[in-house]
Amino acid sequence: MSDGTDLRWPAADFSRVPYPVFNDPGIYAREQERVFQGPIWCYLALEAEIPEIGDFKSTFIGDTPVVVNRNNDGVIHAFVNRCAHRGTMLVREPFGTTQDHTCIYHHWCYDLAGNLIGVPFERGIRGKGGMPETFDKRNHGLQTLNVATYRGVIFGSFSHEVESLESFLDKPNMEYLDTMFNRPIEILGHWRQRIPGNWKFYFENLMDSYHAGLLHQFQTTFGIMRTTQRGGSKMDRLKRHRVLFTVYDSDDLEASDEQLLKNLGVYDDTLSLADPSMIEFRDEVGDGCAIMMMALFPSVIFQRLSNTLATRQIRPRGPNEFELNWTCFAYADDDESLRKLRLKQVNMIGPAGYVSIEDGEAGALIQRVIGRERDRYSVIEMGGLGPIEDPDSPLTEVPVRGFWRYYCHLMGYQAEGAPAWVPGEA
Amino acid sequence: MGHVNSDIVDRIVDLEHDYAHCIDDDRLEGWPDFFVEDCLYQIIPRENLIRKTPLPIIYCDNKNMLRDRVVILRKALIYNIHYDRHVVGNVRVREEDAGIFEVWASFIALQTDTEGETSFFASGKYEDKVVFVDGDAKFKHKIVILDTAAVPNMISTPL
Repeated sequence: MSDGTDLRWPAADFSRVPYPVFNDPGIYAREQERVFQGPIWCYLALEAEIPEIGDFKSTFIGDTPVVVNRNNDGVIHAFVNRCAHRGTMLVREPFGTTQDHTCIYHHWCYDLAGNLIGVPFERGIRGKGGMPETFDKRNHGLQTLNVATYRGVIFGSFSHEVESLESFLDKPNMEYLDTMFNRPIEILGHWRQRIPGNWKFYFENLMDSYHAGLLHQFQTTFGIMRTTQRGGSKMDRLKRHRVLFTVYDSDDLEASDEQLLKNLGVYDDTLSLADPSMIEFRDEVGDGCAIMMMALFPSVIFQRLSNTLATRQIRPRGPNEFELNWTCFAYADDDESLRKLRLKQVNMIGPAGYVSIEDGEAGALIQRVIGRERDRYSVIEMGGLGPIEDPDSPLTEVPVRGFWRYYCHLMGYQAEGAPAWVPGEA
Repeated sequence: MGHVNSDIVDRIVDLEHDYAHCIDDDRLEGWPDFFVEDCLYQIIPRENLIRKTPLPIIYCDNKNMLRDRVVILRKALIYNIHYDRHVVGNVRVREEDAGIFEVWASFIALQTDTEGETSFFASGKYEDKVVFVDGDAKFKHKIVILDTAAVPNMISTPL
């Protein structure tokens, strides 16, 4: 185990990624401090999950447990889920409604903004026991986070110097969130997966459209996403986030292209579904996109895949495992047939999904074999080398390099030959 | 609701056990035939039911969707290479309506990987509705209520 500081990045354009980044416990510890608790915004929840006064949700930033709740004025607060007295986990339920949070251990009680409001026997009994006179409840509140929301999505930050949420999200992401959350939503439920891989593999995977038409045979076979469809990627100004979209049924296949894909085995037209109702696509937004995947650095994905709507939150659980927390939702004004379609389409996503479980297998296979190598690197060259720019083809891994560039900036890693980070950029 | 005669109970217990063996022997092509055409198969995390947001992980509302899952597993899906082992017990039966039997059973599912290592995969409860078609017991509903909401990696083969 290293202390996480000594790591060689031999390519100035981040086209080489050193393997220890995926399994070194020292690097993992440094990430918790410098990435997750650094000057960025992390997804916490959807407002629709805590719609009423007193509603709370247990969530995470990195591997730190966080509670997000709505106080009596309807204001959303978030704090580390740890009693300020002896470090006990304060909130034990994943969801609920409460008037205050009382620790089970010594009944220290906090209001919904995280202020300590009650300490049993603070003055002792009949002049004996009790806290010293110097004890002031105002100094023993919960560790609170900065909270900001955009379009009903709640983000938190440990940093007090963090840029505004709007600046962090940047234009393309705000536009896609505007579309996705253009009317009231209804939470359908949650899924959790424990994937035996490093959390960053999963974020890389979301930035990489090269794999989509190859690993995910189902969507290739049934036309949800083929590399021949129209689509593209949009990145923010710092190239740390990425939106991927493809337009449904927009293939303009030359006969020779089609034959090529068949020969490669990525397009099998002999398969058909006995019940094809699941792969029906309704263009409810009007942009024709059967896939919209928005990956926001470092830990959340917003997805529209056919008519499924979901967020996927990444919760690291040590260097070798992460949990993927899915929140699926629908629009409150769905008609019955659209709701039924969304229900059928759960088969494509989630822990048993036809176009999602393969990612877990890919990550597990990386984790099994990278071992103790310190001078071996993954190769990220599809789509070209050099500057990190919006790709014009799904055959690209360029956004993966954008992820690593910003990661290295936060971690304090200097890639060999890379220009120093201009402070004004962040 | 009344007393269910022991012959019917025996046949329903056999159905539950045969179903488990079919999956564990990797005879997935036979899996849909445990169901009637107009069936419902769902896997739902128990925590979703408790929160009254009963989102399933798998939702199949007819036998063709089950047939499709088998074809996709065989031809169009990359998943973890493993063997399954289901242990089914605590089967209870009552007659809900004339000819429709409500069945509850507990299950534990283990998986064995290519290293030969067996690990706990999931526990839960089946809430089934069974009917008899030409004398054969078939599932009309099979609702898999999954205690293990934190799914170990993925659910590929059926529970």
